[in-house]
Amino acid sequence: MKGIRVRLKGLAKHFGRVVALRTLDLDVRAGEMVAFLGPSGCGKTTTLLMIAGIYQPTAGEIYFGERRVEHLHPRDRDVGMVFQSYALYPHLTIFDNIAFPLTLKKIAPAEVARRVRQIADLLGIAHTLDRRPGQVSGGQQQRAALARALVKEPQVLLLDEPLSNLDAQIRVQARGEIRRLQQEIGVTSILVTHDQSEALAMADRVAVFSTGELQQFAPPDELYRRPANTFVARFVGYPPMNLLEGRYEPGAFVLDDLRIPVPPGHPAGRGWLGFRPEDATLDGDVPGRVTVAEALGRENLVTLRIGPAEVKVLVPQGRRPAPGTPARLGYRREHVHFFDASGRRVGA
Amino acid sequence: MPLLPPRWRLLLVAIAALSLPILSGLAWLLLTGWFDQVHGLVPTGRLGPDNWRFLWEAVGGRPSVWIPLRNSLIFSGVVATVVVLASSMAAYAISRLSFPGRAAYLGLVLVLHAFPAVSLIIAIFFILRRLGLFDTLTGVILVKASLELPLGIWLMKGFFDYLSWEMEMAALVDGVSRWTLFWRIALPMVRPGLLALGTFALLSAWGEFILPFTLIVSNQNWLMSAYLQTFLGEAFTDFGMVAAVGLFYAVPVIVLFLLGQRYLLNIYGGGVKG
Repeated sequence: MKGIRVRLKGLAKHFGRVVALRTLDLDVRAGEMVAFLGPSGCGKTTTLLMIAGIYQPTAGEIYFGERRVEHLHPRDRDVGMVFQSYALYPHLTIFDNIAFPLTLKKIAPAEVARRVRQIADLLGIAHTLDRRPGQVSGGQQQRAALARALVKEPQVLLLDEPLSNLDAQIRVQARGEIRRLQQEIGVTSILVTHDQSEALAMADRVAVFSTGELQQFAPPDELYRRPANTFVARFVGYPPMNLLEGRYEPGAFVLDDLRIPVPPGHPAGRGWLGFRPEDATLDGDVPGRVTVAEALGRENLVTLRIGPAEVKVLVPQGRRPAPGTPARLGYRREHVHFFDASGRRVGA
Repeated sequence: MPLLPPRWRLLLVAIAALSLPILSGLAWLLLTGWFDQVHGLVPTGRLGPDNWRFLWEAVGGRPSVWIPLRNSLIFSGVVATVVVLASSMAAYAISRLSFPGRAAYLGLVLVLHAFPAVSLIIAIFFILRRLGLFDTLTGVILVKASLELPLGIWLMKGFFDYLSWEMEMAALVDGVSRWTLFWRIALPMVRPGLLALGTFALLSAWGEFILPFTLIVSNQNWLMSAYLQTFLGEAFTDFGMVAAVGLFYAVPVIVLFLLGQRYLLNIYGGGVKG
C-alpha cells in the first residue's frame, strides 16, 4: 500500500444559493496525514465528500497523483472512508462488513478471508469477526469501520470525525493507534475534525476552515506559533489567545485610555493585539483587576479586567489571587501577535 | 400462573365482553360446520363430516374446491410478491433519489389511495376487456396489486427514510452500484417493513371479494371468496356447508399465522428493530 499525492485545484461547492466551499487549493503530499479543522458548517466535510466522490464539485479539479478524478464514481477512485457513525451494515457480521468491499471486486473467497483476517489481526478485532456490529463495543465498531476502509488497500484514506463517538479515554488511545497505523501503511490520509487537540496530535499538517474558506494550511506548531489571522488565533490553542481590538500608535497599542507598550513591527491604525494566556503575566505594568481565578490542576487560570476588555492569564499552581485584587498585566514581548484591522497577521 | 391484581381482572372482563360477538360468531361457524343442525348456539343434529363433502366431490355443478383454492393461493402469493417488490423499488426511489416531479408523484399516489376500488370497477372492466385480460387470473392480480401499491409505497418510504445517509455513502465508497446498494444494503435493512407489507398484502388479497367476483366469470378461474359466495346465492342456503367452506377458507390464514406467529406479533406490536 503506497500513498498518493492529492491535489485540489479551485474546488468549489454550492448547494443552490448556499456556498458550502468558496474556492480551495490544497496540495497533500503522498503518505501525509492532513487534518481539516473547523467549526461545523465550515466546508470541511463537504470537501471530504467531494474527494470521496459522494458530492460532485460545482467547480474545480481533484487529482490523485496525475489522475483527474472529480468526475469518477467513488468505486473507481480507490479511497477508503471511515464515517462518524461508523456506518457498519447492521445486518452483516463484522467479517462480512470488512469483506464487503472485496466481495464487490469479485475477489476469490479464500483471498478475501485471508485479507480480512490479516487486517482484523492488525487492529485487534479478530475475536469479534462472527458478531454483528450491535454486539460489539463502540471502540470495536470504530476499528471494524477502519478495517473495512483499509482492507481494499486504498490510495487515500478519508476519516470523517472518526473518534467523536468514542469515550474520552478510548479516544486518546484510538487517535494514537490510527496515527501509528497510518504511518506504518503510508496511506495518504485526510482527517476531518472539529476537535483541535485531535487535529494537532494526529496530523502532519492542519488545514483550518471557516465559512467555506481555507484560513491556514500549516504544520501544528506553526499554526500555534504563527496563526495567519484572528480566526485561527482564536480557534487553535486552549485556553484561547487573548485578542484585544484597538488602535496602534508608534510603540504602543491603545485601548480606550490604556496604553500597552508593544515591540517594533506592529501595524499602524486600527488592529488587533494578541498574546496567549501562557505568555501573559501578572507582573507587568498595565493596571487591571482580577475577576475570576480558576484552578486547572497543573496551573491556575486568572481572568483579569483591563479597561474595557477581559484577559486570561495562566499562572503557576501556587498563585491564586482573590477576585477584586488589583494586578498588573504583562506579556512576553517575543511571543506577541499583530493583526491588522481585517484580522490578517502582520509581521513574523 | 400467579393471580392477577384486581385492576387487571377488570380489564380482562372488559376485553372478554368486547370480544364476545366475534367469539360467538366463531363458535357458530365451528358448530355449524360439524353438526347437521344448530339452533342458536345449541347443536340439535348429529355430529358428522357431511358438511365437508365438498372436499372430495364437486357440489351442485361447481368445480372441485381444490381449483379455487389453488387459484386463491396463486392470486395472493403473486399479489403480495408484486406489491412488495414494486412498492419497495418505488419507495426507495422516492425516498433517496431526487428527480423532477417527485413531490407531485408522491401526492398523486396518495390521491390514488383515496379511491375505493368499487368506484373504479367499471373502468377497470373495460380496460381489462380491451387488453384481453378479462376473466383471467393475471388480470385480477394486476388490478389488485395496483390498488395495494399506494399504501405499500407510503409504508416503505417511511422505512427507507429512516436509513442513514452515511450508510449509503459508506456503501458507495465500498464500491456498490445504485442497484447493488438497493438489493444488498437498503432492502435487508428494511426487512421488518417488507414482512409487514407482504403480510398485509397477502391477507388483503386472500380476503378480496369484489374484484374476483366482478372480473372473473369462468368457474375454472374462481377464487375462494367467489366459490363461497355461490353457496349463499342459492334458493335454499345450506348453512352447514357455508360454515364448513368458510372454515376451510380460513385454514391457510391460520396456518400462516401459526408459522409466522413470532414475526407477525413483532410487527403488529410496532417492533421495528434494525
